[in-house]
Amino acid sequence: MSAPRTLFDKLWDSHEVLRRDDGASLLWVDRHLVHEGSHHAFGKLAARDLDLAAPALTFGVMDHYAPTRGAATDPAIVRMMETLRGNAKRHGFTCFDLGDPRQGIVHVIGPEQGLTLPGLLMVCGDSHTSTHGAFGAFAFGIGATEVAHVLATQTLWQRKPRRMRIRFEGGLAPGVGAKDMALHWISVLGTDGARGHAVEYAGPVVEALSMEGRLTLCNLSIEGGARCGLVAPDAVTFEYVRGRPFAPIGAAWDQALEDWAALASDLDARFDREIVVDAAEIAPIVTWGTAPDQALPITGVVPDGAPEALDYMGLRAGQRLVDIAVDQVFIGSCTNARIEDLRAAAAVLTGRKARVPGMVSAGSALVKAQAEGEGLDQVFVAAGLEWVGSGCSMCVGMNGDTVAPGKRCASTTNRNFRGRQGRGARTHLMSPAMAAAAAVTGHLTDVRPLLGGRL
Amino acid sequence: MHEGHAVALPLDNVDTDQLIPARFMSTPRDQGYGDYLLYDLRRDAAGVLDPAFPLNAARGSVLVAGRNFGSGSSREAAVYALVDAGYRAVLAPAFGDIFAANAVNNGLLPAVLPAAEIKDLMGRCPAPLKIDLQAGRIQGDGQSWPFSLDPVWRTKLINGWDDIDLTASHNQAIAAFRTHRQKNFPWAWPRATG
Ligand code: SF4
Repeated sequence: MSAPRTLFDKLWDSHEVLRRDDGASLLWVDRHLVHEGSHHAFGKLAARDLDLAAPALTFGVMDHYAPTRGAATDPAIVRMMETLRGNAKRHGFTCFDLGDPRQGIVHVIGPEQGLTLPGLLMVCGDSHTSTHGAFGAFAFGIGATEVAHVLATQTLWQRKPRRMRIRFEGGLAPGVGAKDMALHWISVLGTDGARGHAVEYAGPVVEALSMEGRLTLCNLSIEGGARCGLVAPDAVTFEYVRGRPFAPIGAAWDQALEDWAALASDLDARFDREIVVDAAEIAPIVTWGTAPDQALPITGVVPDGAPEALDYMGLRAGQRLVDIAVDQVFIGSCTNARIEDLRAAAAVLTGRKARVPGMVSAGSALVKAQAEGEGLDQVFVAAGLEWVGSGCSMCVGMNGDTVAPGKRCASTTNRNFRGRQGRGARTHLMSPAMAAAAAVTGHLTDVRPLLGGRL
Repeated sequence: MHEGHAVALPLDNVDTDQLIPARFMSTPRDQGYGDYLLYDLRRDAAGVLDPAFPLNAARGSVLVAGRNFGSGSSREAAVYALVDAGYRAVLAPAFGDIFAANAVNNGLLPAVLPAAEIKDLMGRCPAPLKIDLQAGRIQGDGQSWPFSLDPVWRTKLINGWDDIDLTASHNQAIAAFRTHRQKNFPWAWPRATG
């Protein structure tokens, strides 16, 4: 019998090509996702006149700079998109271009297209690659030099991170979801609380989450400093993957199911750290500061002791969170723009009017089409919000969708950093339902009283 | 051994969005990223450089920073901005994982020191410092402080390795692994769609 292993150990072992004496391992990469922002890496490749090691395992998408209305006009952006298109052609990898019905945010389309599978090692030049861990894949973000290395070799040198498990016990209260679970643990452990660790999320509350919820939970792993986030694959996972365009079929599917069934931490596997969270204690959470751990239940007050953050955010210690007026809302990003997220926001907005302007950007063109099929777009538009195309949009503001200086945005994204949504922008992170509630009331609001009979 | 001037940036959680705001990231690298370093933090609301901001008040090649430096996005441009502005090392109590890996890939040392020692060093800034990579020590002001660094990274910074060349020496092992994986785990390859 071999020693008991965690899910992460199993994923690591199955991708280790070799290990050097100094402890660095060379890992095989099953999927490499690239986007317009990967131009530095392709530049490095071109400078050395190298080809792609595995174009069939490389997929590109336009998302970071994708226009959400009309066409891109900024010449620098147009040039980056041309570069990605050109590289896809030259090297022969699939690229989901603007206008392709499969286009969308890289971490939304990976799962949607069946590119994300249990048991894979996936990388992308974007820190929220941790999202894909929701399928029981080892997925993490890398920098441009590493992207170039993967393009050239389909491998990556890594040191094995420590293992950590966060168990969510009990059950969630109505109106509380994966975004609140994530912001909760990050607010308790801090933005570097899981640094150097691969975090496995477990326990009955995680098992009860849909794939959308698990994706949101894993997405935010990086905001707690984790190298990656993981959920052991189960029937929910397999059901989601089955029949997706790039997912295996036939004999390969049958074998996959057999192999994937073994992808769980052994009962007596040891973790370097274990955290247990009583999920019943979690309330809808909002951030008040400029780091994702500066977060509190909506029933709280702005705390003392972070003068720089409060100064930037234009808040006073002691102010009730529900008294903070917002100027706009944004519902979108790889954190919270999947169909369930849009349904949750629409449930709050149905028959109500937004008091502040806002944008809703579906995570992918397919999510957009599905939402339109369900009439969700009508709900948003009737409430007075703008229904726009798919891309990273106001999560990072690269395409020009920004929050103006000094303006306050209730946002379903993942980073409330200074200037993240635009120079001087003030961001409050929250769930889609909470962002919808902020839209309806014009201030940060506990969504729960607004949910009566709507869940 | 690096000899340089140390500048203090006494802030925690200086994330990559602050190190280089997203709007500058479409710039080709050869145009230089140095001016974009901490662009908004260094300026007042009107966009004028704030002479009191530490990086404006003193020039240096060693940055002494607070906890969780470089947290956030994987944008390597954050490292380009530091390197192009002349920085060769950042000393901090902790770094964002991806930032630290990116730093090493660009010859920028991410040295970890205990918070109390960082505070001590900050109190001495701006000041000349020596960094002995081999010995893992920082010297200055007649004192010496050890720092920690992943041994793999230390070797890489000393040798200036290029990983692509290094990896190429393992081509056979990689090819064998690939064949094995494709044969035994056919589901791990994306289904060819028409
Ligand atoms: S939506 Fe935001 S966090 Fe997600 S991939 Fe795009 S920029 Fe990154």
